[in-house]
Amino acid sequence: METEPQFQIELGNLMAFDLHHNFPSPPSSREELVKECLKRGTELVQAIANTLFNLPSTVDVDGPLVKLPLPTTRLPREKPLPKPKPPTKWEVFAKARGIKNRKKDKIVYDEQTGTWKRRYGYDRANDEDKVPIIDAKITDEPGEDPFAKKRADKKKKIEKQEKNRSQNLKEAAKAGALPSHVQLAATALPITGSQVVPKKVTKEELGNVAGMAATSTASGGKFDKKLPGEKPAKHKGKYRKFLPVVEGKGMGSQERAQTEKVLNKLFSKNSHEMLNVNKAVNMYNVKKEKKRKNKEGKSSPSSSKLKPKKTLKKKPLNKGSSKKGKAK
Amino acid sequence: MLKMKTPKTGKARRELDKRAPKLVETGKKTLILHGTKTSGVLNNVLTQIYQLKKESAVRFSRKNEDVRPFESGGEASLEFFSLKTDCSMFVFGSHSKKRPDNLVIGRTYDHHIYDLVEVGVENFKPLESFSYDKKLAPKAGSKPFIAFIGEGFDSVEELKHLKEVLLDLLRGEVVENLNLAGVDRAYICTAVSPNRVFFTHCALRLKRSGTIVPRMELVEVGPSMDFVVRRHRLPNERLRKEAMKTAKDKAKKKEKNVSKDVIEGKIGKVYIPDQKVGEMALPNKAKGVKRERREAKLRHGEGNKHASKRQKEDSQ
Repeated sequence: METEPQFQIELGNLMAFDLHHNFPSPPSSREELVKECLKRGTELVQAIANTLFNLPSTVDVDGPLVKLPLPTTRLPREKPLPKPKPPTKWEVFAKARGIKNRKKDKIVYDEQTGTWKRRYGYDRANDEDKVPIIDAKITDEPGEDPFAKKRADKKKKIEKQEKNRSQNLKEAAKAGALPSHVQLAATALPITGSQVVPKKVTKEELGNVAGMAATSTASGGKFDKKLPGEKPAKHKGKYRKFLPVVEGKGMGSQERAQTEKVLNKLFSKNSHEMLNVNKAVNMYNVKKEKKRKNKEGKSSPSSSKLKPKKTLKKKPLNKGSSKKGKAK
Repeated sequence: MLKMKTPKTGKARRELDKRAPKLVETGKKTLILHGTKTSGVLNNVLTQIYQLKKESAVRFSRKNEDVRPFESGGEASLEFFSLKTDCSMFVFGSHSKKRPDNLVIGRTYDHHIYDLVEVGVENFKPLESFSYDKKLAPKAGSKPFIAFIGEGFDSVEELKHLKEVLLDLLRGEVVENLNLAGVDRAYICTAVSPNRVFFTHCALRLKRSGTIVPRMELVEVGPSMDFVVRRHRLPNERLRKEAMKTAKDKAKKKEKNVSKDVIEGKIGKVYIPDQKVGEMALPNKAKGVKRERREAKLRHGEGNKHASKRQKEDSQ
């Protein structure tokens, strides 16, 4: 990544970023804006091309090939990092004994027929199952079928291999590195090979939830059995607030405020005035905003940011004045 | 007995392996879909974004009613689609009176919503409205140049986020070798104001110049539109840290106290604490000490204790 006089260029992504440009004034027309953007864009693309074409290139059939550097802006991955899979039991054993894997040929010479046949599969060479006659050994019992015994042995071998394979997969699943095409257990695990990260719940959240559950019981959670170490639930309800018996300075000001509050609420509910002052003020403000918007056109974000603040200031003043009129 | 589900065909196994997490990731696939209501403009926008990203995008043509990316319950459908189509980015279009021509561009990590950016589309000019020499048309799937202009992209939070998301959306596959004859498109994003970005797609014409580097000329071909940033949601810190992890990030723990010498090889220092000679217990008690104590015990006198102590000191 290079930093030219103005631009930040990242070759790995073929990206260029002009930090220092800003429109001094909102461009008057659309075409001018487009032209300006294209002009700046051309400059940036030219800058990338300058560095790109100066890289060492190899000649290829389609054209010159360059080797791009790795991208530097860090973008988030789409899937979690794969975990290294633990070695299987055979791999551990082979490593310990120093057993190396030998490459085998696909076609082997079959002595019986005198031809070359495949090493495994249908019609394989030196197939042990195909012998017509098995010589009896001294250790063999009479009445025992050697062919059936062979078949039973093969079945046992297959079962043992399956058991070993599932053990290996279980080990891999424990380490979190299950191969992508295997899904273990009836309840399907996610294909991505990772598990859903349980959302970490904080102590306060748990306490809140427990408190909410407690208050929903018949006795408001007062007589619930608590676990050892659990703090009693804090009652987050409203209590009645009584005025202090002895007033400080300012004769009965708190009592007056309380009475005034109640009166205002009553009056506002039951006022049948023709003019709803609040609504009128709102409508006026909205109209004014629209007018201003139309005047200045679309690109006026700065003024639009200021507008809502202005309207908010107007409201409380009017509210107070209207209430005063009513109370009297 | 643990039940193992494995694919029966080689093709299925290969497909599953393609979707497995890799150490170094290549291009992300994008899912393009729309909600209950769309406008004509929005339909065009979605179609043309799909055309820009033909190979690495999936387009759903039906309306999806219960997709609400910014609400806590409305993400489940998106996550399911992302899982089934293996797309880690999505572009969701919707139209309502409050948010006309709305596009939500989002990314997923491990098929869960990672972050979202909501933009409104204005002044959309479709592909067809641009007239240019057809020979210049960029080929599908070519790696684009991306240009970001404007200091807003560095100072305003939403624009920073939008820049990252647009880069992810537009960049295509990460390749090591690039054919220089095949570069023919560029995306230009200009921050006109703190909440508006002008986006356009241009074809590149390389003109002969004196040096190896050809002179670039941009010709507007593709859709151009204004993005008005509305809402955005950044990922939470823990998720961000996990998603940004790369394989090389693990710092090698420095082995302490080990140094290499040319002559002697690996050297380490052994540190022995100071010996406190006075406080050590003697391993072999001198025979004389034992006998004194035994004799002193036998005497049973008042001054016995003092006498034995004094004798001990003498013997030592």
